[in-house]
Amino acid sequence: MKAKVHVTLKNGVLDPQGKAIGNALHGLGFGAVRDVRQGKYIEIELEERDAAKAREAVERMCRTLLANTVIENYRIDLDA
Amino acid sequence: MKSAIVVFPGTNRERDMALALRRATGRDPSIVWHSGEALPKVDLIVLPGGFAHGDYLRCGAMAAHSPIMAEVKKRAEQGVTVLAVCNGFQAACEAGMLPGVLMPNACLKFVCRDVHLRVERSVRPFTGRYNAGTVIRVPVAHHDGNYYADRETLDRLEGEGRVIFRYSAPDGTLGDAHNPNGSARHIAGILNERGNVLGLMPHPEDLVDPVMGGSDGLGLFQGLAESLAA
Repeated sequence: MKAKVHVTLKNGVLDPQGKAIGNALHGLGFGAVRDVRQGKYIEIELEERDAAKAREAVERMCRTLLANTVIENYRIDLDA
Repeated sequence: MKSAIVVFPGTNRERDMALALRRATGRDPSIVWHSGEALPKVDLIVLPGGFAHGDYLRCGAMAAHSPIMAEVKKRAEQGVTVLAVCNGFQAACEAGMLPGVLMPNACLKFVCRDVHLRVERSVRPFTGRYNAGTVIRVPVAHHDGNYYADRETLDRLEGEGRVIFRYSAPDGTLGDAHNPNGSARHIAGILNERGNVLGLMPHPEDLVDPVMGGSDGLGLFQGLAESLAA
């Protein structure tokens, strides 16, 4: 089973990298860009067939290491 | 005072730290590799600066889960003094020993220069040698020193007198122009609830001798040596 984890900054947390990307996009003429937030995408191959167990394990991974929940949210998608 | 410096792969400020400790205490600290859990019995544990584990994922995130950190946390809970500088501060926050997190500098640049710090409180074992309100000059060298915590946490830190250092002008004035990284409320260093863990981004260990260009940082180490003298 494969877990796909998106880690993103919480609303209201300043994202200087996203801001810099937004400025660069404006500089390239993409005038429609209003705001950019940068996050992380992590793929995890799991030796686990039970989706509920897999999700629970990845939840724990997110809380202990993959995300810092002071500033970040995470979203888990599972592929069988 | 007996001390130990924890070294992770990618740590690079342990020698500066050892020099400062030797200077203040007259004895060499133990240098302890992160993968062994055997930490000698010491009065002071130091998490020094550097780029532990390449700062992968988030600064300090990997170091926070190194085998030795369980023991460091346990000792801190028992009341042993812990000094966490720069990357050590990041690791201590990631390990939950201090509240908040260090984010990328608001300017998005690596900042390497001297800054001024206003000592907010004179408190043993860390800042007893300084008077509250004193301004000291010390270097910073970091990319992720932007202290962030939610408003309640910041209010609690201030209310409990746990903000120990703030970035300031040489005369102690606060302002964005004197804040090198965008830290909330100009915070440069904080204490844990019990008052035995200090985390700060600047490097007091790098100004402890006139040949280094100044010695404003020495008071921190002399204060520790005085407070923790066996």
